[in-house]
Amino acid sequence: MTEQHKDYTGAKLGMWLFLFTELILFGGLFILYGVYLNRYPQEFITGGGELNVWFGGGNTLVLLTSSLTVAMSISALQRGNRSLCVKLLVATIAMALLFLVNKYFEWSAKIHHGIYPGAPSLQEGPPGESVFFGLYYLTTGLHGLHVLIGAGILTWVMFLVRSGKVNGDDFVTLENAGLYWHLVDLIWIFLFPLYYLVL
Amino acid sequence: MSEHDKGHIIGYPVLIAVWLALLILTAITVAAAQIDLGELNIWVALGIASVKSSLVIAVFMHMKYEKPLFQVFLLVALLTLAIFIGFTFFDVLYR
Repeated sequence: MTEQHKDYTGAKLGMWLFLFTELILFGGLFILYGVYLNRYPQEFITGGGELNVWFGGGNTLVLLTSSLTVAMSISALQRGNRSLCVKLLVATIAMALLFLVNKYFEWSAKIHHGIYPGAPSLQEGPPGESVFFGLYYLTTGLHGLHVLIGAGILTWVMFLVRSGKVNGDDFVTLENAGLYWHLVDLIWIFLFPLYYLVL
Repeated sequence: MSEHDKGHIIGYPVLIAVWLALLILTAITVAAAQIDLGELNIWVALGIASVKSSLVIAVFMHMKYEKPLFQVFLLVALLTLAIFIGFTFFDVLYR
């Protein structure tokens, strides 16, 4: 009864399988982007020009750095340094929240300028532009939701590490949470250049 | 749980080196987007993004140190995605 069976490989493989479904989900949104870019190149360029590279670039730095801290937190726990692990997780969660604060200001500025799904100015404009901003809000919104969920999961794991339930001998929960967080970063790696840079 | 299941510990210097590489690649992609290469811009951006994601998957996500089974799964997932995207564009571009 004392030794609980844990299938480490199974747990991680399951997480990866879930991440593959996420990849296909966002893949679908990138296909939509590609197809509509092909159909409305001019409107996409106009729409992309409205996006602020500083918000996008700043959030890129935040996410890349948060990926580093969560990866380091795993190494720290493997080496038995629990307090460093917790500190790194707190830093990761803080950056997740910073990302969302940035997103809030970015979206507020857009909405303030009358750019939001179903806005009169978009409905009167060319159809390609409302498609662009519809996709922009859908893709970055779904990604933002993942950031929010990721921050929640990391907070939960941080408490598990602090209480010692997740520790240097049993840390697959932290690894899987980290994998989820890296996926959020991966999607942003493609989202940022496609929406903010190349148009 | 057997010992070898616990995996490889990645040192902090390696992780920081990957992070620096990611930052440099981000700077390159932002700089490259300022130059007007026409159609090529999107391919440059996608190429750099692919390099960045390979780094994240290989090191941050420990894929390099996983069992071959994981790598086969990843390959199948990426192939599936490539088929989705590739076949859609065969249709869209040559209709």
